[in-house]
Amino acid sequence: MNAESLNRVRTAEHDRQSGLTDRIMCCSVAGCLSAGGGAVRAAIQREVGEQGKEATIEVCGTGCMGLCSRGPLVRSAAADLVYAEVKPDDAGALLRHDHSRFEGRLLAPDHPFYIQQRRIILANSGRTDPERIADYISQGGYQALLRTVTELTPDAILAEVKMSGLRGRGGAGYPTGLKWELVARNPSALKYVVCNADEGDPGAFMNRSVLEGDPHRVLEGMAIAGFAVGAQQGYIYARGESPLAIARIKTAIEQARREGLIGGRVLDSSFQFQIDLRIGAGAYVCGEETALIASIEGKRGQPVPRPPYPPEAGLWGHPTLINNVETFANIPTIIEMGGASFASIGAPTSPGTKVFALAGRVERTGLVEVPIGTSLRTILFDIGGGVPAGHEFKAAQTGGPAGGCIPAQYLDLPMDYDSLSRIGTMMGSGGLIVMDSSSCMVDLARFFMEFCMDESCGKCIPCRAGTVQLHEILCRMTRGEGRESDFTLLAELSGLLRETSLCGLGLSAPNPILSTLRHFRQEYDAHVRKRRCPAGHCQIPPLKEHAA
Amino acid sequence: MSLALSRQQGSEEDRGKVLERAMARHHYSGAALIEILHAAQQLYGYLSRPLLRTIASRLSLPPSHVVGVATFYHLFRFTPLKTHSAVVCMGTACYAAGGRQFMSILEQHSDANPGDWTLEAGRCVGSCGLAPVVICDGEALSRLEPKDLESRLREK
Repeated sequence: MNAESLNRVRTAEHDRQSGLTDRIMCCSVAGCLSAGGGAVRAAIQREVGEQGKEATIEVCGTGCMGLCSRGPLVRSAAADLVYAEVKPDDAGALLRHDHSRFEGRLLAPDHPFYIQQRRIILANSGRTDPERIADYISQGGYQALLRTVTELTPDAILAEVKMSGLRGRGGAGYPTGLKWELVARNPSALKYVVCNADEGDPGAFMNRSVLEGDPHRVLEGMAIAGFAVGAQQGYIYARGESPLAIARIKTAIEQARREGLIGGRVLDSSFQFQIDLRIGAGAYVCGEETALIASIEGKRGQPVPRPPYPPEAGLWGHPTLINNVETFANIPTIIEMGGASFASIGAPTSPGTKVFALAGRVERTGLVEVPIGTSLRTILFDIGGGVPAGHEFKAAQTGGPAGGCIPAQYLDLPMDYDSLSRIGTMMGSGGLIVMDSSSCMVDLARFFMEFCMDESCGKCIPCRAGTVQLHEILCRMTRGEGRESDFTLLAELSGLLRETSLCGLGLSAPNPILSTLRHFRQEYDAHVRKRRCPAGHCQIPPLKEHAA
Repeated sequence: MSLALSRQQGSEEDRGKVLERAMARHHYSGAALIEILHAAQQLYGYLSRPLLRTIASRLSLPPSHVVGVATFYHLFRFTPLKTHSAVVCMGTACYAAGGRQFMSILEQHSDANPGDWTLEAGRCVGSCGLAPVVICDGEALSRLEPKDLESRLREK
């Protein structure tokens, strides 16, 4: 494929779509499918068939539309509306746009859930068919790659990415441009680009949704990265637990290869770039970059000490650029709009948008994308609709097992990397779980410590033994058997893990404890001193049973 | 269905051929070990010791290395699946929504029907918007109530 044929595909797909009277897009990712989306799609398809309108109405599957709690969701392109909680027998009314049947189930673009969002990463998600490359191309897809290989130099791309101020979306927030430059400046002839799609934080499904809803955006971002840093080979390391995402990536890679968008001569230029998929097998630690590299090499996913960092010596000892799915998904937009314009979105120190997976005790759960720096209150109350009646907001958990809690007094805090780390939590990959008064914060810390204990790879002693001891202390507290001296032990052990663990898993494992101790110390005190769980969650037996 | 819960496919001879092709496609490279273990588990349903030994010899790797890698990862299993299987999601949202109680319901049911059930605690199936979630015989049950799970189990 070259510039001419890319534009030909784009025009042809535009013409095809404008020849249709409607496109009915059925959300076909995990949330809506488990709510019965498959039967809805079949019913709509059947209805279109019975009306003999297959030529003018297209029914297709699409990526996440965001509002998972109201699924199955179906979008009509002609009406520019999303229909919520659709049932198979709604098919006729939906095709007629008989809105009287959908009282309270219509989501217009100005619905509170959508109005404060800004969709860059998710722009195509829910609006295109992720299994058709032509649909992505019709939305301007692969134009950034075309510009890259025909007009730009690697240095020009590095300059744009640096100017954009983009920071890594995997959680740590390292400036992407600097990382790219490190790899690009390395004189080695053999380099690799790796997309970290091993999204293992419980409560996080952003990356999976991006891969399921718009896989070509990630491939395009990786190819541009390959051009900028001088790599010819890319790998996507995906989670084995996401079969649909894996299937969509496979399809996308095949399509892009067939169309000459990746492979031997990218868009008829001299640039070559292959992308292969590697599937993880359920080890949380493989999200750590050196463990991920070991896993791609076919070994146990155990981290190794850094330095050397992967940009110096990564996959098979060669310089390797590792970025998160969402980081790569931003790249085509940065090349299209220019680094300077991108930098004007979001917060000055953290430009761009962030996708959050909103879950827990909140009215509207699902996937939201907002400019970085949007306040937690806006996300939870304006977009998420607040906590359900009869419940009271207690805290929001961010960053998964490496993160912490945001209590009510910080609701107006802007959600950016620096503000969150100042109050002892982190942006993380974007999981955002809302807790109400029925959640016990001591038990939450125990829950995350159990996770880290199970997922510790066992290589370094502080993490292997420390997580077990911390878990034991927290178990004791939730059983009402905590001792006063346990507070000192928690602090000492947490400090030890933070200072001496080999990788991010151990270094950040104490974070949920430290964060809940900082904001909810009174709950720990109640468990230990009064043998009482204020949330009523922990089963603490009456005192006399333990007197012996 | 998750990769971990696939059952044995085809005849013994066919399975051997498909696995051989998978190894050939990766040029019998040790770097592709995890890919090959995935393929083997999908074909055979689980990774038996003789199967791991065969893979080790075809890839010219020490059997200890192959077993070491396979046992490191949660998705690989070393015993066959029983008639029924259930994965209780224990991600944060499901845990906060009371996911733990479903495990005890399933355990009780499994104890009453010995040998019928493979039970697993899952690490976030990614349907947090629909918590709590249990995947029962491949079907995702979302926003689950204890009584709904109990009535499901009675039908099995």
